[in-house]
Amino acid sequence: MQPILQEYFPAFADTIWVLMKIVAIVIPLMISVAYLTYFERKVIGYMQGRLGPNRVGYFGLLQPIADALKLLFKEIIVPTKSSKALFYLAPVLTIAPAFAAWAVIPFNAELVLADINAGLLYVLAMTSIAVYGVIIAGWASNSKYAFLGSMRSAAQIVSYEIAMGFTLVGVLMCANSLNLGDIVAGQSGGILQWYVWPLFPLFIIYFISAVAETNRAPFDVAEGESEIVAGFHVEYSGMAFAVFFLAEYANMILVSVLAALMFLGGWLSPTALIPDGIHWLLIKTAALLFFFLWFRATFPRYRYDQIMRLGWKIFIPITLVWIIFIGAMMQTSYNGMFH
Amino acid sequence: MNILKIIARTLKSLSLYELIIGLGLTGRYFFSRKITIQYPEETTPQSPRFRGLHALRRYPNGEERCIACKLCEAVCPAMAITIESELREDNTRRTTRYDIDLTKCIFCGFCEESCPVDSIVETRIFDYHGEERGDLLYTKEMLLDVGDKYEDQIAKDRSEEAKYR
Repeated sequence: MQPILQEYFPAFADTIWVLMKIVAIVIPLMISVAYLTYFERKVIGYMQGRLGPNRVGYFGLLQPIADALKLLFKEIIVPTKSSKALFYLAPVLTIAPAFAAWAVIPFNAELVLADINAGLLYVLAMTSIAVYGVIIAGWASNSKYAFLGSMRSAAQIVSYEIAMGFTLVGVLMCANSLNLGDIVAGQSGGILQWYVWPLFPLFIIYFISAVAETNRAPFDVAEGESEIVAGFHVEYSGMAFAVFFLAEYANMILVSVLAALMFLGGWLSPTALIPDGIHWLLIKTAALLFFFLWFRATFPRYRYDQIMRLGWKIFIPITLVWIIFIGAMMQTSYNGMFH
Repeated sequence: MNILKIIARTLKSLSLYELIIGLGLTGRYFFSRKITIQYPEETTPQSPRFRGLHALRRYPNGEERCIACKLCEAVCPAMAITIESELREDNTRRTTRYDIDLTKCIFCGFCEESCPVDSIVETRIFDYHGEERGDLLYTKEMLLDVGDKYEDQIAKDRSEEAKYR
């Protein structure tokens, strides 16, 4: 493919090649997002003794497409007293980082769009930008519910960002690299070499923080439909609303992939008997995503002060203690388990 | 002692014990039998006393039962029934108009209870609808049609219930 491009469009060959790679990542991502909403409804339905969507197409498989079409044809209502430019900017600012972060995600040893050395830092930066989308959405709507939702979301994301950052420090100490490919390569050699074992508390905290970061139940106070209607996106309708939805699910997939890469060995297979491959990454990500849905079907929403307490008084101290513990262990003769 | 208790409680909450128990419960329900009834294909069982769409019945010889006594109109708490009557050539009193406004009706069943000749009854039909304004104002002809169409079911339900009345 690349040589053909070189021959016919010598000037733009690289650009077109990169664009094709971007499409190859974004299209499957969009489809996974659509079907994640379907599986969410199915799984939660099953856990509540219901069947979930099963009318549109076989087993309701066309339901996400029907939903997307419905939202596409609906009007995007802009509140009269809203800040128009920001109102339109907010969904863009929410979804763009959610997709942009995928640039550095390695699907296997070769399959990565941008193999940059500070990959993990880039991902953290991108996920942090997403909070601005939420804040701007709440501010631009000029609605008290939206504003309350965005304030809650901002405080929550900022505090869990810290706990999440500290858990990643543990990974960095083990891997000695910010490059996601190197982090996975550091875990090669079977299931016992995965970072989830020495960093088990950090893995749990990372995952819970990830749930909080993506504003998912039981940390979904930013939406809190029983208290503040729908939180930050209460004034959004049609496709603008769908974009927020899309970003939330894209972020879910992103944090699950990151957890799989950093703690569960990414594309590496659990034993040397079975070959490595991208399917392992997909299986691990799907398993982690199932937990997102499982949590939503199980846990009642946290109260706002409980969320803050959990983040600041429990997660941050535990991560700090564990980082110091790892640092100390690395100086002992047991340091082999961290490399 | 107290401190030991606090430590034990802290360790218990750090182990996520309660949360895992909760996940186990929903995890079990994930595989449980689903209780959804897929309506158009499946329906729930109905009692013979079910109070749905109204019908006016006839005697087996084709004569309509209603004698325009207007008890149902009087008892109707929602005032959904409108009756006008006249004297027919054979000197019997019959209705010229018998309207039930189904948008007013609360399906209490008083009309059926009050009827001395078992003329107005409530059938098992619950999935009817109107597409235009006025579609749910049922006239005498429409009610008689419903009665003619479902007479077998209506008669069976009444005879089943007769021993309790």
